[in-house]
Amino acid sequence: MTNQLVFENLKHRWVRTLLGVLLIGIQVMIILALVGLSRGTLNDQATRARGVGADIVIRAPASSVISMSSGMPAGVVAKVQQQPHVKDATGVLQQGTGLFDYITGIDLAQFDELSGGFHFTAGGPLAGPDDVMLDEYYAGQHHYHVGDTIKLINHAWRVSGIYEPGTLTRIVVPLGTLQDLTANTGKVSMLYVKLDNPANTAEVEKQLSAVLKDYRINSMEEFTSLYSVNNVPMLKEFTWVVIGLGVLVGFLAVFLSMYTAVLERTREIGILKALGASPAYILNILLRETALLAIAGSILGILLSYVTQFAIHDLAPASLTQAIVPSWWPIAGAIAIVGSLLGAMYPGLKAARQDAIEALSYD
Amino acid sequence: MTDREPIISIRDLRKTYHAGEVDVHALRGVDLDVAAGEFVSVIGPSGSGKSTLFHILGGLTPPTSGTVHIAGRDLFGMTDAERTELRKSTVGFVFQKYNLLPTLTARGNIEIARDIAHKNGPLDAQFLEALRLLGIEKRLDHKPRALSGGEQQRVAIARALVNHPAILLADEPTGNLDTENSNAVLGLLRDLNQSMGQTILMITHNPEAAGYGHRTVRMRDGRIE
Repeated sequence: MTNQLVFENLKHRWVRTLLGVLLIGIQVMIILALVGLSRGTLNDQATRARGVGADIVIRAPASSVISMSSGMPAGVVAKVQQQPHVKDATGVLQQGTGLFDYITGIDLAQFDELSGGFHFTAGGPLAGPDDVMLDEYYAGQHHYHVGDTIKLINHAWRVSGIYEPGTLTRIVVPLGTLQDLTANTGKVSMLYVKLDNPANTAEVEKQLSAVLKDYRINSMEEFTSLYSVNNVPMLKEFTWVVIGLGVLVGFLAVFLSMYTAVLERTREIGILKALGASPAYILNILLRETALLAIAGSILGILLSYVTQFAIHDLAPASLTQAIVPSWWPIAGAIAIVGSLLGAMYPGLKAARQDAIEALSYD
Repeated sequence: MTDREPIISIRDLRKTYHAGEVDVHALRGVDLDVAAGEFVSVIGPSGSGKSTLFHILGGLTPPTSGTVHIAGRDLFGMTDAERTELRKSTVGFVFQKYNLLPTLTARGNIEIARDIAHKNGPLDAQFLEALRLLGIEKRLDHKPRALSGGEQQRVAIARALVNHPAILLADEPTGNLDTENSNAVLGLLRDLNQSMGQTILMITHNPEAAGYGHRTVRMRDGRIE
């Protein structure tokens, strides 16, 4: 019977119910979108790194997984190529083009030999120093086509080809041009190394560590595992701050909503009290209402996270990818439910403590 | 009637409200006995203390002093929880404004009273008989807004009776009804009293309505005349 009363109350004040669900849904959506963005973007980068087909990655001493230093002399490539079991090695230079996007300079012939080449869906490989290749995702998002001239890092590039995503990066230009444009002549930010047999990875890693002191040398497996939230400076803290704000907004939304509901239903609460309802019974009704709102809001938030995924794909920089992270659904739901129940606690206690006579005379 | 053991026994009942810095003496020493199965009308002008008496008997507010026994339980010194228990098990309320929950059907309004009293299962024969007397069996699946005032008050009476309270407290039960519905509701209260032995204490302004009870108690200035 209590459940029926709860359900009927929610149905009766459907505008308030819908608003409550929407606000909680937005709170859940913010959490899921943020977690999905960090996971999606990092996973996407790891996938593209794996797509190169290398066995070992070498980075300059001061590099982090997110921010590559360009302080590695290109001559290191030749040194690495001389090591036993090394089949191919190629250096690339990365340059940021915005907050999240970056452009990568490669020695196309060397890179193709190592990775097996790009799979083009339109056009072909870099033919001149001012050519650029784009992956389908980036090209589609910006509506670029083969032959178009685009401007990146204050330089005009001609789109020579569009390739399937999943290899290295979204924007590829000739290494020499990028080195000159960014005052990094003769320098690369990282090296991809392919071995004659992946089983030799540990041995070669050891060898290279001896030759290239202080350089960061990782197997591809180790390197891609570095693409985690914990390795991105401040990302974890930022996520928690946004989650905290989400909880606060949800808390305040439910607080206001339930406070209004309690005022609106003063007389009904008086009736229940006259019938012998204890403060716990009244609190229980309001908390059940809130829990239902929070559950519905959580489901809505999950659905909305698919909407944000779609919106980010279309509107945000190409390097930002939002993943759907089902393992966070119960966490975001629990955050919403706990925040909402806390928000309902004061109005609920106010209702439970209401004087029955005053409540019954309330119009 | 009064030779029976009283189900309500009130001695020197006083109630003082504090309105800001002013003390309002709503009851100034009320003595009253009501026997089980009696139908007593309480009549008096506004401010005479009728409603305060009603609220104390219903456990909605504690007395300031004096003794009040209902079905053997002393109301003086009862905690809030004990008064809540009293409302749940011993007292049934009928209000002037019906006070049905608007979101529930008539049946839901009755069921919620049972739910509060932790009663489950099918309705008992005695209550079904009361429903038959009230004539609302076919209106139970309607919400209050779809019921007439008379029907709403009958549902409110059914709700007040569903847990078989020792006493039914009716506060101006016909105050919002036209003459025809008033007479019907008062007739029903009398029938419930006669056929089921339900003890009823009814507050009214209307001497004609008071005539439906076995006896009438007059109140003025916080005392029984």
